[in-house]
This record gives sequence, C-alpha cells and structure tokens, in this order.
Amino acid sequence: MRLERRAAMATLLANRGDDLLLIPGLGSTAWDAAAAGDDDRNFYLWGAMGGAAMIGLGLALAQAKRRIAVITGDGEMLMGLGSLATIGIQRPPNLAVIVFDNGVYGETGMQPSHTQSGVDLIDVAGACGIGTCLDVRDEGALADLARRLKHLSETLFARVLIAAEEPPRVLPLRDGVALKERFRTAIGIKP
Amino acid sequence: MTTRANDWPDRLFETLKRGGVRQVGYVPDAGHARLIDRCRADSEIRDVALTTEEEGVALAAGAWLGGERAALLMQSSGVGNCINMFSLARTCRFPLLMLITMRGEWEEFNPWQVPMGSIVDPVLKLCEAEVYRAHTPEEVVGAAERAVQQAFGGERIAAVILSQQLIGKKVWTK
Repeated sequence: MRLERRAAMATLLANRGDDLLLIPGLGSTAWDAAAAGDDDRNFYLWGAMGGAAMIGLGLALAQAKRRIAVITGDGEMLMGLGSLATIGIQRPPNLAVIVFDNGVYGETGMQPSHTQSGVDLIDVAGACGIGTCLDVRDEGALADLARRLKHLSETLFARVLIAAEEPPRVLPLRDGVALKERFRTAIGIKP
Repeated sequence: MTTRANDWPDRLFETLKRGGVRQVGYVPDAGHARLIDRCRADSEIRDVALTTEEEGVALAAGAWLGGERAALLMQSSGVGNCINMFSLARTCRFPLLMLITMRGEWEEFNPWQVPMGSIVDPVLKLCEAEVYRAHTPEEVVGAAERAVQQAFGGERIAAVILSQQLIGKKVWTK
C-alpha cells in the first residue's frame, strides 16, 4: 500500500508550530505543501533541482533553535545524492530530510526514477551516516514521523512511499525575491 | 617580501571574518588549503565540506534564509558545476560570495584544466556575477572587500578570482 501524497503532507504539517521551517522541493512536493495551506515559513522551490536538502542544511546551521523540514521528491533527491553525504558529516540535530518517493518523475510524464529499479534512498542516507532513517509505508509510520518531526533531536531522514498520482496542482507564489523576503520577515530577520 | 607575498590566504580569511561570514562551503583545493585550514580552526565559522560545488550555492541560500552569511570556496572547474544552481541566487537575489582559485591559465601542466579555466570569466559574467580578479597578493584584500560588499550589501553573486600566477603552479614531480 502506498500513501496518498496530499494527505501525507497534511499529516506532517498539521499543527506544525511556529518554529517549523519548510523547504518543499520543486514540483509536486511544492504543490502538496501549498495545498496543505500556504505559510510564510515555506520557501517553495520552483527550480534548483538537487538543491533542496542543501538549502535545508544551510538554514538548519543558521537557525539552530528552529526545526527545518525539507520535503522533496525522489527525482529531486536523486539529483542531489551527494548532499546526503555532506549532511551526513554535519548532522545538524534540527534537520529532517523527507522524500516523497513514488518511483516516477511526475512532472515530466511519469517516467520511472531510479528508486523504482532498486535504488534505495534509505540505504543511501544510512550509509552517509544519517542516524535516524525511517521507512514510512503506512499511516502508523506516518504518524510516528509526524511525532518525531515535532521533537527533532538528531538529523532525520525519511522515505515516504506514496502513490504515483497527480492531484490537481495548487501553485504557490513563484516570485523568488518575495518568497525569500517573506520567509526572513516571518522568522524575525531584519532586512 | 616573501612572507608578505605568501600570507594572502590569511588576509583573505580576516576579510571573511570582518565580513561576518559564518558558514564556509568548500570543495578541497590546493590553492585554498591555507584558507580552508583557517576556517576549520575557527570556532565561529561552520566549515562545510561539499561533494560538489553547486551544493555550496544552495547552502549559501539556506544560510541567508536563516540570517547568516556564507562563502563558497572552489577551484575554477567548480564554476561549471554551479551554472544551473546559480539560477537560485539570481531568481531570488540571494547573496553568493565565491572565492575561486584559477587553474588552466598560467603555466598549466594539465591540459584538462584548460577548457573550463579559459571560460570562467565570461561564464560568471553571463550569470550576472560581479567579478573581481586578484593577480598579485596586494590585490587580494581589496578584491575580497568589494565582493563582500556586493554580495551581502547588494544581494548579488560576487566572485573573487585568484589568478594562477598568484597561487603558483602545481608541482607534479617531487
């Protein structure tokens, strides 16, 4: 059984708390985050494929007292696999990298991704030294991930197996400067 | 003169410190070895070893989102790895301060360094970066200070290019 992506995102972001900062990776995870409810503390990516986890790392190091969630797709994560190695040696305790894995490139016509043919992102993350690596395949495991996300104490990686489906797009703001400025303002950074 | 000529990496480090840089991403590089050592030894700076240079472009964006200043150290070949990720800095106007050591120009022994080294300047300019080149030790601090100002004051991509003549040629036989 695979989870429904919109419901999974909604579960992870329910009662998120003021201190959760979200980096949704480009494509479907950005639409999922927007569908769950827009928030100034979401920095949606419309590009920078392969960069989501590293943006999360820079943010986590800069904002040690806040929790950072990167929620991205398997294709986006595959483009930045090296960043798991980089995160594995930094291990900020306030960073969670969560991959919605449907095994396909949904935005470009559902072509199969490497994860469908045996590449296991949990094994990769574990081999890179990330201590907590969760395999989320059902509602119980998703609820556990949501709980852990509320009280991050070490770098966490999770693969959430989701169905290959294309719910209606919910498009967030796409002006990068505006996204950046509202994010910084929301967490109290002076211009 | 010799001592002074060789201590430009220390002055570069002091410029980063004065500029308030708190995160330094780097791909290991002989030309930056001294600067990397200084960053690693500094308790106020988080040094982040990268697997590839474009990770550092994203790292710097995340740092700025969180209110910190970052710098990215690389060799000229790394510029090519970054090109698409520069879109992140350009679209969102993230400050991006890069210190780039040159290969493939002065007395280069390895021809494989030449294709990327020869197009670093035009590529950076196409990507709307401000480029400041230092040919001599005396030019390093001025170039770096201007780049710091452009990057963080103007929220732009700014690059200091450290000429191969400044760094010295790589020794291939020992």
